[in-house]
Amino acid sequence: MTRIRGTAAAALLLLAILGGTGCATLEEAANVGTSVAKSQGIVTGEQAKSITRVTKAVAKTFEDITPEQEHYIGRSVGAVLVNKFKPYPNGPANDYLNLLGQTLALASDRPETFGGYHFLILDSPEINAFAAPGGLIFISRGMLRCCGSEDAVAAVLAHEIAHIQLRHGLQAIDKSRVTEALTTLGAEGAKSYGGQNLADLTKVFEGSISDVTSTLVNNGYSRGFEREADAAAITILNRVGYDPNGLIAMLTEMEKHLKPGGLDFAKTHPSPRSRIDDIGRQHAGSKALAEVPARQARFRKGLGNI
Amino acid sequence: MSVQVRQGQVRATPSFLGKVIATLSYGDRVETLEEKGGWVRIVPPGSKATGWIHSSALTEKRVVLRAGKKEADVAASTGELALAGKGFNADVEAAFKARNREIDFTWIDRMQNLSVPPGKIDAFVQEGKLFPAGEGGR
Repeated sequence: MTRIRGTAAAALLLLAILGGTGCATLEEAANVGTSVAKSQGIVTGEQAKSITRVTKAVAKTFEDITPEQEHYIGRSVGAVLVNKFKPYPNGPANDYLNLLGQTLALASDRPETFGGYHFLILDSPEINAFAAPGGLIFISRGMLRCCGSEDAVAAVLAHEIAHIQLRHGLQAIDKSRVTEALTTLGAEGAKSYGGQNLADLTKVFEGSISDVTSTLVNNGYSRGFEREADAAAITILNRVGYDPNGLIAMLTEMEKHLKPGGLDFAKTHPSPRSRIDDIGRQHAGSKALAEVPARQARFRKGLGNI
Repeated sequence: MSVQVRQGQVRATPSFLGKVIATLSYGDRVETLEEKGGWVRIVPPGSKATGWIHSSALTEKRVVLRAGKKEADVAASTGELALAGKGFNADVEAAFKARNREIDFTWIDRMQNLSVPPGKIDAFVQEGKLFPAGEGGR
């Protein structure tokens, strides 16, 4: 155990020295670093081997965050969001959203997450929608008011499901935090952590939650990520049988309601117009959204008074 | 392969509307027979009949539910094992809650306890004239 700890400490030291270096180069640098240390008699051959081995384990990315860990990240991100925006506790409205959302999630490229997909309306007039890693999705009343049909709501939900499918939230976590967490994890075997280890992990966890929530609420994702999410959303909508024009209809309506300088989608997302332009290149369909009476009836019943 | 989600649904057909014939748990190991459009045909443990599970529920790594130091070393050096309950887990969440008492998890627990039965989804799809016949491999 001591050796492993020492090795992890050496790897951390290495990380600190390298600070911000990419993963591939990190591994190369570790090899160079350990061979220099070995030649100077700082570490033994056995220790050098361990440093290289642990660094290999460290030289990983968000992809190595297991669905179980993603689940815990998502729960805390979700709790921060609900704390900030407050839930809208309307049973029928939330039931409708969950039925629609879970149908869409099943048709995504990632129907199975550790804890499944779940949806909640936020009691806010701002235009917002958030996807916490692992499957917790939050939609504001303001956003739902931009939706005139079930197909439009489906488009909003499919876009958020796409962010989870593509693990965009996890990619908002600072890479040094991911490697730090994986170092601690790689070095300790016990199922439950005691004392310092738990404190260290909790700090990394807290930082990760803050990275994700500040990206969701303040900074937004890159236009590239939003384009990817819109493209994946269209795939999901097509698979389930919704009209992808629902996404265009929703964005057109959103454009009318967004206030310049607003702290919601006005701040965190590319303009609806630029999203429509990006979608247009992928989705050539321009026919008007067809109304299906049975869908419209249950949409009005569930969200008519939103 | 191992199940990497809390509950993985095994369906009769490789389709998201296929009938659910079994439910697998985190860490269950399955033998895989073939893959088709993101779905994997498997033999569920203790069963003779085969079924389909979505690949997002599975990992190549062997999931170890109760890992000791030996497994931890192997996981760290080879990456072939995934240790359940390691890293960000319920203990870390509890420590996070203790440091951030103003953050209430009540609604998160409520959300996660809410489940929609497959039958309701089928009815929802049919009522809404979704998923046109002939598509999706029902």
